[in-house]
Amino acid sequence: MSDPVSALNGASFTGFATIREIGPLGMISLRHKGGAALTKAIKAAVGTKVPAQRRIEIKGEMACGWMSPDEYLLILPYAKVGATMAALAKALAGEHHLAADVSDARAVFRVEGAKAAEVLAKLSPVDFAKLERGELRRSRAAQVAAAMWAQDGGFTVVCFRSVAGYVMGLLIHSAQPGSELA
Amino acid sequence: MLTLECPYCGLMADETELSPGYEAHLKRFGPASSPEEFEAYMFARKNPKGVHFERWRHSYGCGKWFLAARCTATLEVFGTYPAQVGEPPADIIAKIQARRPEWKAGWQPDGKDTK
Repeated sequence: MSDPVSALNGASFTGFATIREIGPLGMISLRHKGGAALTKAIKAAVGTKVPAQRRIEIKGEMACGWMSPDEYLLILPYAKVGATMAALAKALAGEHHLAADVSDARAVFRVEGAKAAEVLAKLSPVDFAKLERGELRRSRAAQVAAAMWAQDGGFTVVCFRSVAGYVMGLLIHSAQPGSELA
Repeated sequence: MLTLECPYCGLMADETELSPGYEAHLKRFGPASSPEEFEAYMFARKNPKGVHFERWRHSYGCGKWFLAARCTATLEVFGTYPAQVGEPPADIIAKIQARRPEWKAGWQPDGKDTK
């Protein structure tokens, strides 16, 4: 088996905030209308409850985010994806659902530092002052789709792998020393 | 700039996070209809100065389609609602009538739905 490689091989940059490309991170896109079977399947897969609208439930290195009324994002260690996919298929057998391993389709960034929100505020139409803790915000970073949430004193940003270089460029440009907002 | 509340996310979404879907509540005329009806369905679109019903997609968010009632002249938004309805909900109509007493309900090209 070849080793998984993240989109930018862990590129990083230090400006007025620190940008790190992390990963590879296991991600499963799960679509289901909701119900007891889903609650049980999510609990078994990542150990969290089903997130409410626009929320992300984080437990250690695992998490479950609300993406749309019938879509959830499961985050887990890359090595556990295969077993979790099998467990989900078993737990949701007979239920109308879709579980897709999207780990290799995504790139994940960490933006850290006291002014991390300013880096993202320049790129997204998001009011970071109103972004609550545990809120997953799907929006855009300049011209491409991105999802972001606050975690461990910084932000985690998820985008498509095909635009990882573009997003890294955006974040580096946005975090240039001396370009802080006010 | 237009800011619409996505009824699925409960989020005030900026215009740049949305994709336009143009006129809402069109009635489809298929192969069994007359050429005039099909032409009207296919090409004739309202272009009102005032109250208008539109489809929008929260494309950078949840990806769902929803409908919005707004004024094309002032950009006032009367409300948004999920797309699984045949006509605007009563509370949206009431809101529009409260703000625009002269407005006559109507959202089909033939105007036959006037209440």
